[in-house]
Amino acid sequence: MRMATLAAMQYRVDFIVRGLIAFLWSALTLIPLLVVFGVRQRVAGWTFPEALVVVAWFTLLRAVLEGAVSPSLTAVVEHVRKGTLDFVLLKPADAQFLVSTAKFEPWRFIDVLAALIIFGYAFGMMRHPPPLAHVATGLVFLALAVLILYSIWILVVSAAFWVVKVDNLSYLFGSLFDVGRWPIDVLRGVWRGSLMLVFTFVFPVALMTTYPALALLGRLDAKTALLALGGGILFAVIARRVWRRALGMYTSASS
Amino acid sequence: MTDAAAPARPTAAAELTRAIRAFPTLLRIGVAEVVAYRAEFLVWILTTNMPMVMLALWHAVAADGPVGRFDQTQFTAYYLGVLVVRLATSNWMAWQMSMEIRDGTLSAKLLRPIHPLYSYAADHLAAIPMRVLVVSPIVAALIATSWGRLVRHDPKLLLILLASLLGAWLLVYFSMVLLGSIAFFVDSAMGPFELWIGVHAIFSGYLIPLEVLPVWVRGAANVLPFRFMLAFPVEALVGLLSPAQALRLLGAQWLYVAVTGWLALRAWRAGIRRYAAFGG
Repeated sequence: MRMATLAAMQYRVDFIVRGLIAFLWSALTLIPLLVVFGVRQRVAGWTFPEALVVVAWFTLLRAVLEGAVSPSLTAVVEHVRKGTLDFVLLKPADAQFLVSTAKFEPWRFIDVLAALIIFGYAFGMMRHPPPLAHVATGLVFLALAVLILYSIWILVVSAAFWVVKVDNLSYLFGSLFDVGRWPIDVLRGVWRGSLMLVFTFVFPVALMTTYPALALLGRLDAKTALLALGGGILFAVIARRVWRRALGMYTSASS
Repeated sequence: MTDAAAPARPTAAAELTRAIRAFPTLLRIGVAEVVAYRAEFLVWILTTNMPMVMLALWHAVAADGPVGRFDQTQFTAYYLGVLVVRLATSNWMAWQMSMEIRDGTLSAKLLRPIHPLYSYAADHLAAIPMRVLVVSPIVAALIATSWGRLVRHDPKLLLILLASLLGAWLLVYFSMVLLGSIAFFVDSAMGPFELWIGVHAIFSGYLIPLEVLPVWVRGAANVLPFRFMLAFPVEALVGLLSPAQALRLLGAQWLYVAVTGWLALRAWRAGIRRYAAFGG
């Protein structure tokens, strides 16, 4: 991780420019929210500061996705394409761990900072900071969200063993992830709520941003929370098995 | 006598004629490529789902009353229109150019008798059959949900609409050349590209109809070129413009097309000179 930070620091101008752009990007993503809540007080049962909490989680997760998960997993795809994955697999540590921490983009910390600012602003607007219990639950859900994000990515990368060129899938993933910017309840009216279900169970964006927000706001009951946690862990287990299967096929094929 | 005389540089007219004659072949190759990579194109097109998410959002917002001129039906018409125009005019040349500059494959393109810019255009035009295929169900949905709002009575508006679509395509094309030319001068053009996406999303009306934007953003949005890449054709399509307004905006659009085109060509030429000089 230190190596990656040093390498990034070397390109200081690039670093500053990228950081600035990351900041601008965060600002730009807030504009739709500002516009929507400029014309209404409540949307799908959410007020402006509450929706801000969702956006903050979204920004935080996107920082994790684009700063840590994406770069290293894109490197895996390159390895598969060039056939150099074997060198990675020869190392004694677990393959999944190695490929995931290979690359790391430190300037995404700007996004984390932006997320914290948004959190602060939202709770400032609501006049009371979240009690410790809520924060604790929120952190648990953050861990779950990262786990789910990571699992989806692992699934996409496993596809690389079959399909080799997954750049388009990663863009699709990114665009679907963008749905997490909004409280999932906005989809409630679409196709009688079926779209909302899709984004909660099939591509669990809701679990990544809305549920942590609900946890932080204290609007999550214990049963739903436990179900969500269970579902997320199940998802991760499935993803891991798919990865092992894909890896198995790869290594056995090249002998 | 050692050197033969170097062939005379082709005149612009000769180049254009040659390009026009090669176009059908280039298009055929392009169509073949699109068919071969159809799965990838499908995924790419599915990636353009943001308008649908925004529609769901605004549909929920407008449930208890319109937002300005926009009621639920108008929002539906608008965002379906955005999808149609966007899929018809979107262009990823800047990324393509940036890659080819970086890994040197642009050199091969420069050796071909066809100017690379024409072949890029051909690539994108060749995707049109696939785009028409994808856009048709959306157009059907547009007609089914918003027939009343669409511009159909006024032949003048229809003509302006067609002209605006062509103008939008050209504007996006030239902007991409301009953006892609950055890669001639800078190591990593990803920063400007990402900035472009973000700014474009707001100011082109892709995320939010320009009318609905707050006043402090609307002013800038009205004069920047992004509006003419998307919002203008869409507004013409869904009947939000009067013929007089549409005509004025058409004039502004084509002015932008001319200016951007001129800038793009200059940037390209300057970039190519640098590329060749550095042993590209």
